[in-house]
Amino acid sequence: MSADANSMGRQATAAPFAIELKGISKSFGPVQANKDINIAVPRGTIHGIIGENGAGKSTLMSILYGFYKADSGQIFVGGTLTPIPDSQSAIRAGIGMVFQHFKLVQNFTVLENIVLGAEDGALLNTSLTKARKVLKDLAQEYELDVDPDALIEDLSVGHQQRVEILKALYRQADILILDEPTGVLTPAEADHLFRILRGLRDQGKTIILITHKLREIMETTDNVSVMRRGTMVATVKTAETSPEALAELMVGRKVLLEVEKQAPRPGPVVLSVENLRVRDEHGVDRLRGISFEIRAGEILGIAGVAGNGQSELLAALGGMMKASGKVTLKGQDLPLSGAGADGQSRREAGVAHVPEDRHHHGLILDFAAWENVAFGYHNDPKYQKSALFMDNDALRADTEKKMATFDVRPPIPSLAAKNFSGGNQQKIVVAREMEQNPDLLLIGQPTRGVDIGAIEFIHKQIVALRDAGKAILLVSVELDEIMSLSDRIAVMFDGQIMGLRSPESTNERELGLLMAGMTGKTTGEAA
Amino acid sequence: MDRLPRWADVVLVPLISLVFAAIISALVLLVIGQSPVEAFKVMVDGALGSAYGWGYTLYYATSFIFTGLAVTVAFHAGLFNIGGEGQAQLGGLGVALVCLSLPWPHWTIALAAATAGAALFGAAWALIPAYLQAKRGSHIVITTIMFNYIAAALMVYVLVDVLRPVGQMDPASARFPEGAQLPALNDLPLFNLIFQKPVPANITLLIALVMAVVIWAMLWRTRLGYQIRAFGKSEAAAKYAGINPVRITIIAMLISGALAGMMSINNVMGEAERLLQNSSEGAGFIGIAVALMGRNHPFGVVLAALLFGFLYQGGAELGLWTSIPIEMRIVVQGLVILFTGALDMMVRMILGRIFGMVRSARAMRTA
Repeated sequence: MSADANSMGRQATAAPFAIELKGISKSFGPVQANKDINIAVPRGTIHGIIGENGAGKSTLMSILYGFYKADSGQIFVGGTLTPIPDSQSAIRAGIGMVFQHFKLVQNFTVLENIVLGAEDGALLNTSLTKARKVLKDLAQEYELDVDPDALIEDLSVGHQQRVEILKALYRQADILILDEPTGVLTPAEADHLFRILRGLRDQGKTIILITHKLREIMETTDNVSVMRRGTMVATVKTAETSPEALAELMVGRKVLLEVEKQAPRPGPVVLSVENLRVRDEHGVDRLRGISFEIRAGEILGIAGVAGNGQSELLAALGGMMKASGKVTLKGQDLPLSGAGADGQSRREAGVAHVPEDRHHHGLILDFAAWENVAFGYHNDPKYQKSALFMDNDALRADTEKKMATFDVRPPIPSLAAKNFSGGNQQKIVVAREMEQNPDLLLIGQPTRGVDIGAIEFIHKQIVALRDAGKAILLVSVELDEIMSLSDRIAVMFDGQIMGLRSPESTNERELGLLMAGMTGKTTGEAA
Repeated sequence: MDRLPRWADVVLVPLISLVFAAIISALVLLVIGQSPVEAFKVMVDGALGSAYGWGYTLYYATSFIFTGLAVTVAFHAGLFNIGGEGQAQLGGLGVALVCLSLPWPHWTIALAAATAGAALFGAAWALIPAYLQAKRGSHIVITTIMFNYIAAALMVYVLVDVLRPVGQMDPASARFPEGAQLPALNDLPLFNLIFQKPVPANITLLIALVMAVVIWAMLWRTRLGYQIRAFGKSEAAAKYAGINPVRITIIAMLISGALAGMMSINNVMGEAERLLQNSSEGAGFIGIAVALMGRNHPFGVVLAALLFGFLYQGGAELGLWTSIPIEMRIVVQGLVILFTGALDMMVRMILGRIFGMVRSARAMRTA
């Protein structure tokens, strides 16, 4: 078993591997999350671990970091057998972890966060002084500069992530695990992160990068291991593989990375938005007079850097936020404030809404899948047994059907939503909203945190709904997604639409300029 | 952490918590120089050893079922209703006003009217904190605590200055008319085969059990319950789904207050047969512990209410028959609440470890 692990580690010569896992298995009840995993990570390399959501990447890393105890198997750190019963032992063994969701105290300074849990002695000041010095050295060495006295809450997401990396380095981590590090970063921040990681590698650190983004794997890693359904299916040198080959290994079949769709056949106007304005509770104008139309059988894509009013646009149209202006759906006025400006009225009017944040809005994580299928449609007559009681049996049957159509795995209606992987959670939301046969579908970040196989599926469903003559408003921060799905693209910046383009006559560069607030004509090299 | 199987979560965790509470209680008894075995015998004998003891245990349990259900409903809407005590006392006022207003021809009619009165007054007392929470964002924990004090003061005023019959010395209402007196369990056919001596437990027990089923069905079988639970889990998501937060907050608190108020048909109408000061005697607060221990499930609440009924009656027996001070009952209750509520996670963690070990041992053997 370990023979194939050894064959790829040519870079490390005879030196022991930084990390070697042998025969790791772990199951949760009937679900086997890891099956006899063998992996060897040579010292001083960036090693990618890629796999669909639910493939067992996070479980494996949690075992390595001492959060879970493997049912069987051994962990070797630097060539010696090292049991890791808890995260303290992991830290002692020189393993540092940067989580997808940061574990920082918001109202502490950077310095205080770094020292937290690693204070030596009762007096804080001595360790703070020491940390300040160490931090300065680290910042110079690795391009990891952060103001040590800034409060975490004042830092950008990219800087907060740097603090997490610094925390690990301060604890003298030689092996750094990053779990989906770029999910929250802008493209520029992600580039900076990868520069930092390469710098760390060149200083002899070992990096394990967990991601489902093929591009990141191809750009940054030396070797890559692919996981599928709890097993390690392959470990290859990055230089000798291709995104298509990796995608196929991940999913177990050929995957279309491009969306196949035919030319749109737009019908009459379904949604008309005129001078839409939103002011948030702090009195800040989030939407500053937006106007557009979407026709039947058309996908309008909204591109833009996150936080430029896209969320408010979806919230206002979905009845979650007060707005002013004029919005009509098939000629009928949609109220924007007061009575009728709520999620129920919108659904009755024929607006379905896949929200940007499925954890906070789209699902009740503690509810079973079947309860989530009724979410927002709990007043729908087809789910009622009588005036008083809901028809839970009909609901369960309906859930089973939707799970089959949308290939939700595992297809167990009684399983709580939180126990599904991100991609399958999204499929539940998408299934619920699309199967209502709406006139207008609002869909925000349809594939955020969703694995490749599911992305392909969700994209196909969106195109199918368009071809069925529905109007679709697509909001995404993934420019690729906007470019490949949209029939028309509107770029938002600072609460306004900077321009409308068709995907055939524009390119990422022009959209990027619009996203940065430049109208494109006179800017030249300004970007 | 390893997840526990459901049966362990529902049965084993509370059971082990109880054993811990019992062990610590025994240690406390040893320290004050009493015999824990003796004390345990007196408690079990006094509360469960005779039909008479059961009559008291069930009487207390009836009150706790109502207040436990009250906390449960609010909890599912994400609201912590600490005002059960005040709502129960106001419910008592509702019962008293109904019972004293008419010469009731038969107890069944009086019971229906008094139940409505109790529910209405209890709900009304919960309405103001609910409104303040829903509309003004005033935290319901703070406002319901404050309303307990206001209720106590209001009851003093009403009992001293309004309802006290002329010439009576103590602050209490007049005795309820004959037609408004509820049958105790010893007056009911079939039940009187078991309960031959007069006991305080009365027909209200049956209403409490019916309410547990009604609340269960409401929470898990109706649209309203669905919306309450969704709102309680995530307010942001509820907004997305078009669930009106103001409406759900107010409805959930009205139901919660009504349940707490309905407790008073047990003690005020069924037992005291007049309204006394501090009629609820802390049952509103016990309801919090009952709901906690009952996992906020109506059937769990019934079981937990029985346990607390046992502790109440058994504790009273301790004070009666032994030299153990009656305050010991509060110590035991406190320990039960501590272990089942606050230290719940500790037991869960230990069990999780054990189950994890068993599982990996089994996996090794099969591998």
